[in-house]
Amino acid sequence: MNKLFLIIKREYLSRLRKKSFIIMTLLTPLFMIGVFVVPILLASTSEDKTTIAIIDNNKFNEFRLTSNLNLEYTYLNELNLEQHKTTLIETYDFLLHIPEIDSIQQIESSIEIYSINQMSLSTKQNIENQIDKKLTNMYLLQSGINPDQIKKSQSKSRIKTYVVDEQGENTKGNSEASFGIGLVGGFLIYIFIFMYGTMVMRSVIEEKTNRIVEIIISSVKPFELMLGKIISVALVGLSQFAMWIILGFVFLLIANGFIPLDIDVTNLNTNEAVLSSEIGSSLIALPIKSLIFVFLVYFLGGYLLYGSLFAAIGSASDQETDSQQFIIPITMPLIVSFVLVQVVIDNPHGALAYWLSMIPFTSPIIMIARIPFGVPIHELLLSISLLIGGFLLTTWLAAKIYRVGILMYGKKISYKELLKWLKYKD
Amino acid sequence: MNIIEINHVIKEFENKKALDSISLNVSEGRIFGLLGPNGAGKTTLIRIINQITAPDKGDILFCGERFKRQHIQNIGYLPEERGLYKSMKVGEQCLYLAQLKGLSKNEAKQKIYHWFKKLDMLDWLNKKVEELSKGMAQKVQFVSTVLHQPKLIILDEPFTGFDPINSEIIKNEIILLKKSGSTIILSTHRMESVEELCDDIALINSGKCILEGSVNEIKNNFKEHIFEVKFEGTLQNEIQHFDTLVIESGYGIFKAKNKENTHTLLKQVVEQVNVTSFNEKLPTINDVFIQSVNNE
Repeated sequence: MNKLFLIIKREYLSRLRKKSFIIMTLLTPLFMIGVFVVPILLASTSEDKTTIAIIDNNKFNEFRLTSNLNLEYTYLNELNLEQHKTTLIETYDFLLHIPEIDSIQQIESSIEIYSINQMSLSTKQNIENQIDKKLTNMYLLQSGINPDQIKKSQSKSRIKTYVVDEQGENTKGNSEASFGIGLVGGFLIYIFIFMYGTMVMRSVIEEKTNRIVEIIISSVKPFELMLGKIISVALVGLSQFAMWIILGFVFLLIANGFIPLDIDVTNLNTNEAVLSSEIGSSLIALPIKSLIFVFLVYFLGGYLLYGSLFAAIGSASDQETDSQQFIIPITMPLIVSFVLVQVVIDNPHGALAYWLSMIPFTSPIIMIARIPFGVPIHELLLSISLLIGGFLLTTWLAAKIYRVGILMYGKKISYKELLKWLKYKD
Repeated sequence: MNIIEINHVIKEFENKKALDSISLNVSEGRIFGLLGPNGAGKTTLIRIINQITAPDKGDILFCGERFKRQHIQNIGYLPEERGLYKSMKVGEQCLYLAQLKGLSKNEAKQKIYHWFKKLDMLDWLNKKVEELSKGMAQKVQFVSTVLHQPKLIILDEPFTGFDPINSEIIKNEIILLKKSGSTIILSTHRMESVEELCDDIALINSGKCILEGSVNEIKNNFKEHIFEVKFEGTLQNEIQHFDTLVIESGYGIFKAKNKENTHTLLKQVVEQVNVTSFNEKLPTINDVFIQSVNNE
């Protein structure tokens, strides 16, 4: 026990002292923020509007498209289409032409767009939407109906969802927030298992290439060394989480000082404002503490399950490149569950979701994605027990491969050989 | 007393017997040479003694007791494939290894200071291993093997990577360790080191012990009754009962035709010339090794 502690201490401190640890701790949140925020920022602040020249030869003056955030129209009705087509599509992104027509009804099927590059689907839909709205209003006016009245009579329903627990107690639910948390949680577990799993693998390979491993296992059992390594990387992970949480709070505090947090609601249209404030309040309503707790349980369980397998892979490899052939099959369930998160979130209580959240190889990611939608406690307990059983099993198998693998040098190991190692006595 | 007794130990890998019912005894306070061609099973045997692997069958006694886990605290092992953590400081590394062998932090620190001072390595303590030369790193490995004053020290090819000066230093340390009561198992292909250091040897081939005993005993058993004579004058007459292998002016090598008449050589030579030196040429361990393995 004392020796296990010594190993954990050494492995933990040597990782914490590495420059790469500090850099990773600081960069990972930035990276994560980047992954989620940058595309949104890019999309919203994108200044390159699509420019569209319009040659409108129709007689109905009330049909006129107006520029908006994304589309900028320039009317050039005096120009001749055939003469100026080529020059116009060079200066503008698109050239929209409405030929001379007899009735408004003909507009919808006669509009043409010319461009050098194929128009994107979203731009096309954008323009079509605008045209449709305009035309609908015109049809309504023609039939003597005031479009404003129609607008007022249109309804936009927002269903409030409640989750009822066994005591009959209602909790306000929010499908959107659950969706977001499920997706992000599943993604984080996926990334972390990979990140810390390969950390274990690299460390095993390093000890092999350094040739220190035989010296160490003449003092401790190979299993103790493997376990010490896996535990210390888990501690590194938890320390990193703790630092991220602290960093997050510091960031929030600083941000609070500079940016007024009460968002100017007037700028948003009312529906969005209501929706976002609802997500906000239900985020608070979600049991954050138990979410974090369950997240940690599944992170640790999943990490221990895969971490020991990564250790076994490391022991069978002389260099990191040797490990590739073993990494793919072992990480397959991880990748599959990551891909299936979307499906599970769409139907979080279906059979697929249930079974994937029971199988220890997929449960860490799938269960985290399901949790925000509410999972009965007995399912959760069963899944966690299976996960514990799972990692005990993989650790046992991994240890059998590990103790043989670490003493094998200069030999490319096949699967057949790994199976043989499992049968070796001590 | 035997520090290690190995009785009919069998170890198989994939139906190949790495150790085939091998039995060996290592007596306390001696330097024991474990010899054998490549793939003979030496490393497997050494790993079994270090409890890195367990035998399939057979038993092992350590100081007369059944082999237990805590006995490894009394063993120091320098494997053939050896290294250190590259980015760790030398001092920290030795401390870690000594603590893994059961020393307390303070004890370990004292021993480290003692050894590093003795071998003039004190200014390496705060260096990282990657800053050391190969020979320096080897020296650190040697020290970390013996830091905890083990009763049994197992050295697998301890001299590789050393220049002649450092080789000599390590050789002397091995002798000093023996004098202070440690038993040393030395596995090496360098026969000259075996000649210089070993009291006893065992020769292993194909998982079996084919030869075991003290170096002198074995040399005596393998001797071919060859004598080397230096003299002044000229040998005129033929030497009876002996074949003349070499004869030059003042120098001759003679081999007895049968061992009963060996004592007559000196008498015959002295009658003819003035003998300045006379000795029996014993086989080297190298000769014994080659002869035994080839005879198998």
